[in-house]
Amino acid sequence: MKTADLKVTTPTERELVMTREFAASRGMVFDALTKPELVQRWLLGPPGWTMPVCEIDLRVGGKYRYVWRNADGREMGMGGTFQEIVRPSRIVATEVYEDYWTGGETLVTTELVETRGKTTLSTTVRYASREARDAALKMGATKGLEASYDRLEQLLTA
Amino acid sequence: MKPTGYTLDTTFAALADPTRRAILARLATGEASVAELAQPFEMSQPAVSKHLKVLERAGLISRGREAQRRPRRLEPRPLAEATDWIERYRRIWEGNFKRLDAVLQELKAKQKKTVDALLDLGKPKPNKKRRPR
Repeated sequence: MKTADLKVTTPTERELVMTREFAASRGMVFDALTKPELVQRWLLGPPGWTMPVCEIDLRVGGKYRYVWRNADGREMGMGGTFQEIVRPSRIVATEVYEDYWTGGETLVTTELVETRGKTTLSTTVRYASREARDAALKMGATKGLEASYDRLEQLLTA
Repeated sequence: MKPTGYTLDTTFAALADPTRRAILARLATGEASVAELAQPFEMSQPAVSKHLKVLERAGLISRGREAQRRPRRLEPRPLAEATDWIERYRRIWEGNFKRLDAVLQELKAKQKKTVDALLDLGKPKPNKKRRPR
């Protein structure tokens, strides 16, 4: 099966939008996004990370919390509160990282649209401000600094 | 009056010059004064200053507070932006979504099995023929 294209766009200076199609009904995709035992299997980030903690209280006002761990035992936690849940088409939740300053909470809107048995998932991440977005990206790059130094080095020795 | 979006164009233009890239490489190891920067490049200080201005305008370096030396230091943020964070973000999520594809395939297979089993229940069993009493 051909891998579906992931689109990442920044429609405004405070927003980041990701879109991707999945070969499954949206009920199924919704489950994979909201059932801890399923989430733990795919929402892992860069290679080498696992998700030992995944708690999801799927109701408006309910909280969720994820903790990731890498091979060195380093942990990263993230969580938030559900603001809107419309099964199987829409989830709105706040999101905040525990150990990084990311300029406060971000608001994440997830929308699922099903056409002919395929589901388009779109995720909109809205930051509190442009500065918050920059901070998040700087951190989202956890290793971004090192990586950019590495890349700079490659550039320089080229 | 600071960092309002250095455009990628400005950043790339600043990075296009080998001397400027060498200056950045030097600054990646720690801050340095104009004189310290001029030395290894065998350039005059005004010539180095010109390059530094370009780098400064692109937001790639800044000046330290120390009044005498005014050491320049690397500003990693625009550089990180230039080496495109979106790509990094995309790579992470591509990995996530590939795993999600696999989870969904498995769910579909399971659902099919359940449906097949239910359909099977409705079928008459082939070797248990009903016989009239």
